[in-house]
Amino acid sequence: MGEKVLMKGNEAVAASAVRAGCRYYFGYPITPQTEVAAYMSKIMPKIGGTFLQAESEIAAINMLYGAGAAGARAMTSSSSPGISLKGEGISYMAGADLPGVILNVERGGPGLGSIQPSQQDYWQATRAMGHGDSRHIVYAPNTVQEMADLVYLAFDKADEYLMPVVLLADGLLGQMMEPVELPPEKTEFPEKPWATTGHHNKRPHNVANSLYLQADKLEAKLRERYARYEQIEKTEQRSEAFMVDDADIVVVAFGASARIARSAVVSARAQGIKAGLLRPITLWPFPNDSLEATVPQAKAYLSVEMNMGQMVDDVRLAVHDAHPVRFYGRTGGVIPAPGEVLDAIAKLAQEVGA
Amino acid sequence: MPKDYSKDLKIIFAGFGGQGLLFAGKIVAQAGLLDGKEVSWLPSYGPEMRGGTCNCSVTVSTDPVGSPLVVEPDVVVAMNQPSVYKFIDAVVPGGLMIVDSTLVPDIPERDDIAIVKVPSTQLADEAGFKQLANVILTGKLYAETKFCSKDAIDAALTKIIPARKAKLLEPNQKALAMGMDL
Repeated sequence: MGEKVLMKGNEAVAASAVRAGCRYYFGYPITPQTEVAAYMSKIMPKIGGTFLQAESEIAAINMLYGAGAAGARAMTSSSSPGISLKGEGISYMAGADLPGVILNVERGGPGLGSIQPSQQDYWQATRAMGHGDSRHIVYAPNTVQEMADLVYLAFDKADEYLMPVVLLADGLLGQMMEPVELPPEKTEFPEKPWATTGHHNKRPHNVANSLYLQADKLEAKLRERYARYEQIEKTEQRSEAFMVDDADIVVVAFGASARIARSAVVSARAQGIKAGLLRPITLWPFPNDSLEATVPQAKAYLSVEMNMGQMVDDVRLAVHDAHPVRFYGRTGGVIPAPGEVLDAIAKLAQEVGA
Repeated sequence: MPKDYSKDLKIIFAGFGGQGLLFAGKIVAQAGLLDGKEVSWLPSYGPEMRGGTCNCSVTVSTDPVGSPLVVEPDVVVAMNQPSVYKFIDAVVPGGLMIVDSTLVPDIPERDDIAIVKVPSTQLADEAGFKQLANVILTGKLYAETKFCSKDAIDAALTKIIPARKAKLLEPNQKALAMGMDL
């Protein structure tokens, strides 16, 4: 076992990406994720990798497209407004079946918003990073350790399913320091016979492209891609259950708000309210199976988020509206206090007679 | 019964940018880590950092840390007047406020918490530890709370002062010891 070191989430994610084999990083500074770029700028020249501060977020995502097409493990990161700018390139990557890792350290929105932590990009991350029918695996870490572990996993999944994979964090996780044990340096990587690496006339040339001028060919391609998405929905759901087995009130929260919700659940138990926490680790695929499994026991659900309730519909769908699904959240960069969440749990418990 | 800070301690370090409050927080978090505790450290990173007040939240606990943002601190270490005004009411009853009394002329009264006044900026200047008032206060924090082992807090300094700044280690150690002995 490696030594636990104290690191910021932004630094841990960068250090772990490098250990996952990332040798190309393209970015543009924006609070609260600039430490990722700072870390990469220091380490990449030392290990034969490339750190490139692009002229814009749009340039950076298109560099990720290029590096992914050439078979490299590559990454870009930004915060909310910058991620919006990347939308076009992310859609092109999905359309060309290219792997790549995209980190969003969310801040308040919309527009330039605030620089404080938020989870206001849930819809963007899970529904439409860009235009067209496309999906992306979305991981939502809630500790600095998970920042490291999930970015490490993201590179593997991007290569396995040939898609951009998103890590959805927030300013709290990016800026905070916690003990972290970094994963080992990866030495084995999947073959990429599809990569546009030059062929010296020894094989037919590879093409990375998202343009299909014949609609029926595009439709066939999309159906093929959706079969892959269906497979991901079956096999890649991840979540963590805390005191859920006998819970009347199941709190659903991800990322930073799940930490706060966990404290509130512990306090609720101390007051005799049977509360539990179901924490989605993948936001897409949403952990429908583990949520559905709570339906026979639960009396109500409380979605706790740092936005205006973007995950509520997903919870309602997962539990088939079998019980009330309520919402508590703060937004715009305000972090809820555990006491506020506890009050919301207590109110809901009273409402449903739990 | 006083709270056992070796099980759980929530602190806010607050003052002006440049006083080393984030560094003081790192000493505490690193000491907790060396003792095998759960720790978190969260800086304020709002626009107020530019020339204004700055603070960080540190939690050291035997249990997993929920919100890393401390809103009900057991201890506030304050190094300027605005921070004392901002945080004194947040300290939990029975808690502690440690104040750099060289820099803070006015401390509002609260009879349900302990207020420890340390002229740390003056002490640091007199001892030739320019800029180490933060570390003196951290030593005092350790002495008042015993939140970790003595070995851990001593070793924490060695861990977080990078090798290229090794010459700073000795004055930091002396400043920490001075704070502990006050």
